[in-house]
Amino acid sequence: MILAREIDFMGKRKIAGTISALLVVVSIISLAVNSLNFGLDFTSGTSVRLNFSESVVIQDVNDILTANGYQNAVIVQFGTDRDIRVLLPVDEGIEEADQAQQALAVGETIAALMRQNTSSEVLLIGSDFVSAKVGDELAEQGGLGMLVALGIIMVYIALRFQFKFSVGAVVALAHDLIITLGIFSFFQLEFNLNTLAAMLAIIGYSLNDTIVVADRIRENFRRMRKGTPEEMVNVSLNQTLGRTLITSFTTLLVLVSILLIGGDATQGFAIALIIGVIIGTYSSIYIASVVILMMNVTREDLIIPVKEGAELDDIP
Amino acid sequence: MLNKYPLWKNLLILLVAVLGFVYSIPNLYEDDEAILLTNESFELTESDVNIATTALEAAQVNFFGMQLNDGNMIVRMETVDDQLRAKTALEEAFTSDYIVALNLAPTTPGWMQSIGAKKMARGLDLQGGVHFLMEVDMDAAIERRMQDNLSAVRSILREERIRSRAQIADNNRLEVAFNSSEDRSRARSEFIDNFPEMQFQNREVGESFVLDMILTPDTLLQIQRDTLQANRTTLMNRVDELGVAEPTVQQQGADRIVVELPGVQDPAQAIRILQRIATLQFHLTAQPGAPRSSYETYEYVTPEGTQIVDVSNDVILQGDRISNAVSGIDEYSQPQVSITLDAQGGNQINRVTRDNVGWFMDILLIETKSRTSLVLDENGEEVEETEFYEEKRLISHAQIQTALGRQFRITGLTPREANDTALLIRAGSLSAPMTIVEQSVIGPSLGAENLQAGFTAVQVAAALVVLFMLFYYRVFGLAANAALILNILLIFTVMSAINATLTLPGIVGIVLTVGMAVDANVLIFTRIREELANGVSPQRAIDEGYNNAFSTILDANVTTFLVALVLFTIGTGPVRGFSVTLMIGIVTSMFTAIVGTRALVNLIYGGKKVRTLSIGNYASAATTADAS
Repeated sequence: MILAREIDFMGKRKIAGTISALLVVVSIISLAVNSLNFGLDFTSGTSVRLNFSESVVIQDVNDILTANGYQNAVIVQFGTDRDIRVLLPVDEGIEEADQAQQALAVGETIAALMRQNTSSEVLLIGSDFVSAKVGDELAEQGGLGMLVALGIIMVYIALRFQFKFSVGAVVALAHDLIITLGIFSFFQLEFNLNTLAAMLAIIGYSLNDTIVVADRIRENFRRMRKGTPEEMVNVSLNQTLGRTLITSFTTLLVLVSILLIGGDATQGFAIALIIGVIIGTYSSIYIASVVILMMNVTREDLIIPVKEGAELDDIP
Repeated sequence: MLNKYPLWKNLLILLVAVLGFVYSIPNLYEDDEAILLTNESFELTESDVNIATTALEAAQVNFFGMQLNDGNMIVRMETVDDQLRAKTALEEAFTSDYIVALNLAPTTPGWMQSIGAKKMARGLDLQGGVHFLMEVDMDAAIERRMQDNLSAVRSILREERIRSRAQIADNNRLEVAFNSSEDRSRARSEFIDNFPEMQFQNREVGESFVLDMILTPDTLLQIQRDTLQANRTTLMNRVDELGVAEPTVQQQGADRIVVELPGVQDPAQAIRILQRIATLQFHLTAQPGAPRSSYETYEYVTPEGTQIVDVSNDVILQGDRISNAVSGIDEYSQPQVSITLDAQGGNQINRVTRDNVGWFMDILLIETKSRTSLVLDENGEEVEETEFYEEKRLISHAQIQTALGRQFRITGLTPREANDTALLIRAGSLSAPMTIVEQSVIGPSLGAENLQAGFTAVQVAAALVVLFMLFYYRVFGLAANAALILNILLIFTVMSAINATLTLPGIVGIVLTVGMAVDANVLIFTRIREELANGVSPQRAIDEGYNNAFSTILDANVTTFLVALVLFTIGTGPVRGFSVTLMIGIVTSMFTAIVGTRALVNLIYGGKKVRTLSIGNYASAATTADAS
């Protein structure tokens, strides 16, 4: 008997699948066309953080910089309307050995320019310099890390559960990552080292969800005698719904605090994770389970006993 | 009896809780702004304390807590302003062999310090400062070695009168072309003794008989390691002079060095000092009766006493001719310093020493140092001024026993002297040029802001989660909250214990753990609710809940842990900090969420007759009854 308050997740899977597919395609297009707004860690260059005593308009800053020979500066506002960041690409013309010192000097020069051309008191509160070499490396390492992580996870889940489950899990993860990246690309949010760390955190988190659902599906397949695979997956999803929503909720609570209070440094990170958690929750409900269904999981697949899940089966 | 922990288990958990509390409390004690005064050669005494007191009082700096500690002196101040003025005042009052460093002195009570409870080190992004990543030009170091080898090869071939052409082919291969195979064999047997670090291969190209000489991979590694080590030592010495408290100079990867200088106000000066050259010069001791203008007098300090040495002004060898200096033991088991010069250096030293056997050779270390003082500028205001000056020190005065060559040694030293001299020589000669490939300057205000923001975020996040758990899971929620608090404390404890540095991403990792730690409890409690809705008795429900949820929790946490491990391996700096706190958090949260809450739940409900559990509303949870 199935109680009334049951949500027929699997029934809606065609719609969900279509939406997902759409989102993924749009993300890929955006990534291809817009690419990502790579932060300093990947593009290399200099970043100078300035604080003004009065609110400042980005266009004005841009004009001042262009007039003084800094054509390629990108200006970003962060925190309040009195804080800005000026991003400058690596100056190819200078010897590598002097670039770092140059970066420091540039910071001072720009701050001085601002003082001269505005009525504000201008403070140089920080600067960063990443050489081209390190920038390239970080990009490479990041991509590699992502692949390695996905690989390890696929192996682990295949061992703990079953190959079909691991396919489902990886598809769900890829789905989450692509859409999150797509959103970053679409809105041109800055993608830096922190954001990359967030992506990997999303992998961990989404996996959490997926495993809990997969675990329940496995348990029900073993326990329930009657019912199509579709019904059993539905039941599992309903049973885990409460837990999934609550965990997502508490994690979101926490992430929103980071977003609001943490300040500029952790903003990108928090946004990436928030997006990832929302999409991850959705994918655990729909993507992973749908893939598992599509791969025709049967009870036989799960009979191989795994230590703690083994229950004494029906007495013949 | 279900749901009762044996006494030892409860006591163990209590012990962990107490330890967690005690070892994380120090983080609440704000350090004092302080100055650390040390001397390079000896321990400080009361008279130094008096000089310091007078100087500080004259500069009208408010200070307290001046004390001698292990031969060093610490004096504390109320404000950063006082701290900076104290630094200037003390630098003027003491000679340059005293080092005046900005410091943060702990205020944790003595008894805590004695059990090792201390505050966590804070990363640059939380206290402001400068971060450099310096890359050592390994190619230059290897090229230098190859040049040396090439010169040596050519001299040997000249001596043996073998006609040949030698050149550097790749960055680690020498190519020597001979006219006949006999020539090549003769040369090869000469070389094998002289170049133990190379591999030899015969090759024919057209009519030439070629001998390839390749640096073995082991040697390449050795050069890399030595170069990095030498550069790192040099950097450490120079960083010392900046007077920074708790600097970091660490190797990163095969060819990079990270330098972090917390609290540094002037990064430009830091760069100047880090990249400047310290040089070595070899001289002969002045002959007796030499004109006064041709030599300079130095003090040569040894444990036996101080010697006055007149060093001739002529430089017989420059320090950049030194490729290595290693301390060791000679055939009489006495300490010695082995010095290796490059080919040209070998020639030079040979020429000079073969005419001066029995006389003395001196090694001078010349360092550029900086000194800051307060001067009055044109407006009559006090302004800091930094001046650079050269300091020359006699670090070795030894008798020449025979004509020296590329490799020679200095004996007659104590083990400690041998060590120090070798170190100084290595430090004085930068083995390879370094480039700054990454740098961050974080102003102190930004650092303080980040710290404030981080802690507020943790508190707000914890508060929100605590409220929610209480509301949704009632008494069980209370247990979960207690576990959550303990979790946060344990994370701090573990981080203090492993001397991890707290960074902003690290704090984010902690906050994330807070959000995810409740997950374990949610799983358990949801399970308990299900069992109750199925009609299972309360005690059994608790038991079942914990047992069944365990494997799921394990799986989920292990995978997150694996991901954090990947992050740790490929990441550097901030990303690493995040992964470390995440990993620690996962482990501690598993402990507190499962064992910790179970202990509390057992204490509250275990072994008693209860009809209902205060675990929130379970009758309406969506469930299915099993068809069988």
